[in-house]
Amino acid sequence: MTSTLTVDTAGVPAAPTSETEARPFALIRHSLILAGRSILKIKRSPEQLIDVTLQPIIFTVLFVYLFGGAISGSQHGYLQFVLPALMVQTVLFASLSIGVNLNTDIQKGVFDRFRSLPIPRSAPLVGAVLGDIVRFLTSIVVLLAFGYAIGFRIGTDPFRALLACLLVLAFALSLSWVAVLIGMLVKEPGTVQGVGFLLMFPLTFGSSTFVPVDTLPGWLQAWVKVNPVTHLVEASRGLMVGGDIAWPVTQSLLWTIGITVVFAPLAVRAYRRRT
Amino acid sequence: MSYAFEAEGLVKRFGTTTALAGVDLAAREGTVLGVLGPNGAGKTTAVRILATLLRADEGRATVSGLDVVTQAAAVRRQIGLTGQYASVDEDLTGLENLVMIGRLLDLSKRDARARALHLLGQFDLTDARERLAKTYSGGMRRRLDLAASLVGRPAVIYLDEPTTGLDPGKREDVWQLVRRLVEDGTTVLLTTQYLEEADALADEISVIDHGKVIAHGTPAQLKQIVGGQTLEVRPADPADLAVVGQLLTQVAQRPAESPGRGVLSVPVDSDAALTTVVGRLAEAGIAVTELSLRLPSLDEAFFALTGTRATDETTQESAA
Repeated sequence: MTSTLTVDTAGVPAAPTSETEARPFALIRHSLILAGRSILKIKRSPEQLIDVTLQPIIFTVLFVYLFGGAISGSQHGYLQFVLPALMVQTVLFASLSIGVNLNTDIQKGVFDRFRSLPIPRSAPLVGAVLGDIVRFLTSIVVLLAFGYAIGFRIGTDPFRALLACLLVLAFALSLSWVAVLIGMLVKEPGTVQGVGFLLMFPLTFGSSTFVPVDTLPGWLQAWVKVNPVTHLVEASRGLMVGGDIAWPVTQSLLWTIGITVVFAPLAVRAYRRRT
Repeated sequence: MSYAFEAEGLVKRFGTTTALAGVDLAAREGTVLGVLGPNGAGKTTAVRILATLLRADEGRATVSGLDVVTQAAAVRRQIGLTGQYASVDEDLTGLENLVMIGRLLDLSKRDARARALHLLGQFDLTDARERLAKTYSGGMRRRLDLAASLVGRPAVIYLDEPTTGLDPGKREDVWQLVRRLVEDGTTVLLTTQYLEEADALADEISVIDHGKVIAHGTPAQLKQIVGGQTLEVRPADPADLAVVGQLLTQVAQRPAESPGRGVLSVPVDSDAALTTVVGRLAEAGIAVTELSLRLPSLDEAFFALTGTRATDETTQESAA
């Protein structure tokens, strides 16, 4: 004990006077440490790693080789069609996990530990969001690399392709707030997953992700056309392989902003109440 | 000597239930305050308020003179918390758990690692440091949790039922740790359902029931609440029970009771009774296997105070 005594007094500055001034820096520093924890957990827990690596590959193989021929007549043609959309689907599903993770942390008492430490209250939340960005990026990289390996080619230019990734990332982050809200409102981590999937299925499958809209019956077309994911998928396609982009990109941005404006405050309020 | 923490008139309601109905708790620096009470008495609620996790509806609390509401951040630098269940991150290794907390306490990477390794050694977890916490046994997890709350060398540490669910052997280990903390000058608030535990560790005990402190004092003082000493006799031959009973009743001027099979007990006012009883037993030629004079157990004190037994085991014991 005595050997570390000097370390402690030097390392734990009792500086309540400078606390308000140092707060933004403390938030950044502590959030980054907690984001590091999320990333470490992605490496550690096989389920989470599969979520961001294997799942996009399985989906690509499944749709391109199993259904691709039947849907579009050419596997390569379908790959060009479906890959930008699979990127959307993968990242949207990944956005659910923040709700599950936060709920688990609260359940297990890990949050009590965080809250008894002298760190900003929002640091665990911000840290989780930052960790999520890394997850999203990982799955995008894995998906594009695999797609490239089996013949997918960007039809526009790298700049637009990057823009597509950023757009998907931004939309997924807006959905993260919805996941946080669900995570704070329900009791069990399993319920978060269940409720999240219930929301995600109509959003991702009830869109133009896998098939052209005009092949669908009228009532389904009506839903698909108002579904924000359809716009995002069209934007992603337009930016990566070519086509109309102005309208879908605008719509996607508006939805991203709209969802964030509505759900971020709700999620933060629920977070403050629960933690 | 000043108080390490002090709570006055804490009131907390959850909806229509009142968890705390005006609780005062305080401990001097370097002592152990035992907070004793049955499940749902309000122990955890009081701890969570003192640990800045919960805000009281009424009343105030300070830790090292700092207000838990207005100076919460400063209070958090003073405290360590070990909850009822081990709150460690199961997907991280023992070492990573402690390093992360050190980093969140603004230690440098090197210092955080040094501190973590030191604590792991102290808690006998050195060999398990690279294993994920989810592979730990219950006792190991509890030790890691305790280590986690000590990373910042807190002046005050809250142990909320630290031994609930542990084997007796592991319980003893935790007791040793608590004693060591106190030797180092740490102030401990220990909540427990085990009277034995409060008796073994606490300098002072506050008994909580239904959100109120119904008694406060040293373990010895609490035992005296139930009255004086008790004399217990176990005759070697159960056939002598009736004679011994008469004899005890005569000496103590009170009816003797049978707290267990083959044992008789009677409350006495002074230790002189012991000598008298020994003499009488010798005169009557009765051999005994057990003869004792003792203060009532905390269990009995608790029963006298609350009207309920503290644990299920004792209910069964007294029924037998």
